[in-house]
Amino acid sequence: MGQRVAIVGTGQTDHKSSRKDVNGVELIQEATARALEDAGLRRQDIDAVVIGNMDHFEGINYVDMWSIDGNGGLHKPVMKVTTGGTTGTTVAIAGYYHVASGLFDTVLAIGWEKNSESDTTAAIITCADPFWERPTFGGAVAGLAGAACEYMHRYGITERDAALIAVRDRKNALKNPYAHLRKEITVEDVLNSPMLAYPIKLLDMCPRSDGACAIVFASEDKTKCITDKPAWVHQVSSRHNFTFFTDVERAGRMPTLYEACMDIYKNEGIKNPLHELDVVEMYVPSSFAGLVWIDALGVCDEGGAARLVSDGVTEMDGELPINPSGGVISTNCIGATGLIRVAEAAMQISGKAGEHQIDGAELALATGFGGCQWSDVLLIGSSKPN
Amino acid sequence: MVNEEIVYHGRIKVPYSWSVGEYGSRFFYELKENKKIWATKCPKCKKVFTPPRKTCPDCFVPIGEWVEVGPNGTLITFTIVRYSAQIHPIPPPFAIGIIQLDRAETGLVHLIGGVEVEGIRSGMRVKPAFKEDRGGSLLDISYFEPVE
Repeated sequence: MGQRVAIVGTGQTDHKSSRKDVNGVELIQEATARALEDAGLRRQDIDAVVIGNMDHFEGINYVDMWSIDGNGGLHKPVMKVTTGGTTGTTVAIAGYYHVASGLFDTVLAIGWEKNSESDTTAAIITCADPFWERPTFGGAVAGLAGAACEYMHRYGITERDAALIAVRDRKNALKNPYAHLRKEITVEDVLNSPMLAYPIKLLDMCPRSDGACAIVFASEDKTKCITDKPAWVHQVSSRHNFTFFTDVERAGRMPTLYEACMDIYKNEGIKNPLHELDVVEMYVPSSFAGLVWIDALGVCDEGGAARLVSDGVTEMDGELPINPSGGVISTNCIGATGLIRVAEAAMQISGKAGEHQIDGAELALATGFGGCQWSDVLLIGSSKPN
Repeated sequence: MVNEEIVYHGRIKVPYSWSVGEYGSRFFYELKENKKIWATKCPKCKKVFTPPRKTCPDCFVPIGEWVEVGPNGTLITFTIVRYSAQIHPIPPPFAIGIIQLDRAETGLVHLIGGVEVEGIRSGMRVKPAFKEDRGGSLLDISYFEPVE
């Protein structure tokens, strides 16, 4: 176990489908400046920067240097991290590692994407194996759809069950000033929206957004000087795999998310995550994944997620609120998406979530999802970790 | 200040030549020349992989044994793609699914054809429809179709 690390500041841009008013560097600067302001720090107070996105979305291959005007890293160590969908959570974990190692005291972690600048589906294919997967690649939506079909078939889940996830997240987004899609939708709206790839319809699916997020990590000594409401990093866990889009392992509960969660619960001594966790910010690319991965959190039996959701357990006032921010179904600037989950979890712990605050949240879980089925999970808490 | 938000348009088009490796070469050669599908079998955990893997990701030992799989298999799951994207192999609507070939323990994603999309069911038995003109790629199989 490394040194204690806390999140002492977060910043997000105003997320939209297209931020034509700024270029990529300026977008990054907007989040960086807000995170520094939230922490009450200046650029000069930062020891190192970790930044990430998925190169092909913007065709920019050296964001660490290219964005120096925006990332605050002039003449400092800057490290680029990119792990596809999990980039944002991996950036957070890398920021945490920097400080936990004892080598750095204050580290800025930045995730960003300007998805409007290219063809998202065409860029995503670069994560697929060129000769085993790409010839028959149906796109990101189709990949999720195949897994969704299998889950529905196995557990008798309906399209209506899944639609409740999109309805919940879009309703929560109304309370989040940074959310990209802020319009309430109904189950009927979801069911009647255009079919993309059965069973995934337009309103089951996340949008693509332009946006950035930044987080300041600090050592215990620095944290004392910065804030009296830090969000401590209690646990981090990553589980990697490369299931081809072709793999039967894709179907069913996501093993990497399950394994990462179990690792965290074991290390933290959590016996009953449904009761002990106060809030979850989950990387949910589609409503169906939002069901399947509740199973993977280990808060119900496999196939039990639909019941939890329809019983209201995951609503803002339920036993385990999921995505009070409105989640990925409301905002999806891909390289920032995972980091926003971590920032939102930290905001809940520090009592900074405004209208979408879960009162008294003391333990928050944030998850990240990568396309070929890998997972990052972070546990953030109000008490100082052991 | 001006009110116009100017966007600069560009395009990156980079040709690549990807080596498929020794095992991939054998797989694609057999597909092209003999219309056969081969897999590899881990000496330790005995898992049968197609596409063939040279190393077992779990046991992390080299795999030397080859076994013929399929050509028939079972459709594990599928979807019908109804949106257009530049990267699609054919225009929508089309079906893709995960096929578990007989004797294999992993899946293969491929197009499902030779049947109206409404008639496709999970658990259906399928067989490959090989192209006449084959060049050594996964698309030497046009699609998997129901076994009559």
